[in-house]
Amino acid sequence: MQLRAERTVPGVAGRTAVPAVSMHKVSLAYGASSPTRRLILEKITLDVREGEFLCIVGPSGSGKTTLLRIFAGLVQPTAGEVRYRGQLVSGPSRERAIIFQDYSKALLPWRSVIGNIALSLEAEGVRPAEQQPIIAALLAKMGLERAANQYPGQLSGGMQQRVQIARCLAQHPKILLMDEPFGALDAMTRQALQDEILALSREQHMTVVFITHDLEEAIYLGDRVAVLGDTPARIVELIDVGLPHPRDQLTTREDPRFLAHRHRLFGLLRRA
Amino acid sequence: MRRIVLGSILPTLFIAIWEISSRSGLLTLESLSRPSDIVRAGIGGLTDGSILVATGQTFETALLGLTFAAVAGIIAGAVLGLSPVLERVVNPTIEALRPIPAVAFIPLALMMFGFGVSMEATIVAYACLWPILIVTISAVRAIEPRLLEVADILEMTFAERLRKIILPAAFARINVSLRVAAGIALVVAVTVEIVLNPRGLGYSLMLAQQSLRVDVMYAQLLWLCVIGYALNALLRNIGPAAIALSRASR
Repeated sequence: MQLRAERTVPGVAGRTAVPAVSMHKVSLAYGASSPTRRLILEKITLDVREGEFLCIVGPSGSGKTTLLRIFAGLVQPTAGEVRYRGQLVSGPSRERAIIFQDYSKALLPWRSVIGNIALSLEAEGVRPAEQQPIIAALLAKMGLERAANQYPGQLSGGMQQRVQIARCLAQHPKILLMDEPFGALDAMTRQALQDEILALSREQHMTVVFITHDLEEAIYLGDRVAVLGDTPARIVELIDVGLPHPRDQLTTREDPRFLAHRHRLFGLLRRA
Repeated sequence: MRRIVLGSILPTLFIAIWEISSRSGLLTLESLSRPSDIVRAGIGGLTDGSILVATGQTFETALLGLTFAAVAGIIAGAVLGLSPVLERVVNPTIEALRPIPAVAFIPLALMMFGFGVSMEATIVAYACLWPILIVTISAVRAIEPRLLEVADILEMTFAERLRKIILPAAFARINVSLRVAAGIALVVAVTVEIVLNPRGLGYSLMLAQQSLRVDVMYAQLLWLCVIGYALNALLRNIGPAAIALSRASR
């Protein structure tokens, strides 16, 4: 496996470690015959390093979500290969949690907050008696204690998204795949959740792939930012953010490096 | 209360006119009995237990058939609802079998099973299967795809998926189809008994008619009306009760 890993990452100079997830020349097309065939992604090669926070930005409709679904194993690429820790991805796995943008559709409306979080533990075969402390810890971590017995329909958007994040954490993922998770939330809630997810990923050394169309969000959160060009999508740029941690909503966003990245990415996206 | 009083004016008046006109000799049809005789026959049948035994027999087969249809219909419906390809393969066969009236299978079922519970229950199951199957297919197809993706990511087995995602999500609609099927089950069971199966309420109706006990016949009709109403009321409350129960256990 070590040999294999070294062979699959020649593009990343000086790195012999197996990437958390990687794509090699992945293409995706819808429709079989040539007149209706639509190429969504074209020969995407991308390594996500173990423990990094990678943001992917791109204009809407550029195939960002599809890219993430391929990482999750929910969609199979038409060509190319996807590897998770060196092994070919053939389908979804509990180790790669995905947080959907439309939280209201991803929660079970007939289960309470506790019940929704418990779903992950039940799927893993954790006994009911052992579920309780895990759920209590997650409720505390996500600030959901007071909503514990409420149903998703009774909660605000931000709270529902917290429930979805808690459920994903309950499945003990190695990687969090987040699909514009804060896109539908108001600015205050979004900033609070950005800081929480950032703290969480650093505290647990979690690998995160974060899709967004918001440049500033990408730079603020990411260790690296990948820019996806228009259809069929390709990676047009991959930058190292290099801003210090812990990040701060005020000072980080005023950092000259932050502004420089913003300028550069803004220009790229406009051209893309 | 006021509604009940207003609603009972017409039936009371009707029964009174019926009773008076048949006592005064105005009404002498052979197919009519007096309300007072019907009530007496009904009380007689209930106290000697004959009506209750017959009801038990009819319910036994109706429920057996319904249960069979529900289990088969819900599982097959879930599978077909999840797999559009399979559904396309099976659908023409369903559409070909569905229009055959269940009672047309009575002669065949008689040859296969003889008189008794299995013959009747099979025909009931056949009649009940279709509404349950068809509603379940469409209910499962209408489930939010995100929820099924959540099940995929959590690597749930089919049984887990069925129990924790599919059935709860499709529950409300499936419950309606079960109510419809329960009504059909009763109708078909009584029909099979009237036509040839020597047991249950349908058979005792036929016996009453053949022995010219018109009062007993009416009493049993009245009884069928009562149990039909009770059955529907029961099923209507099962849905909310089950939801309350499942929430309480969480």
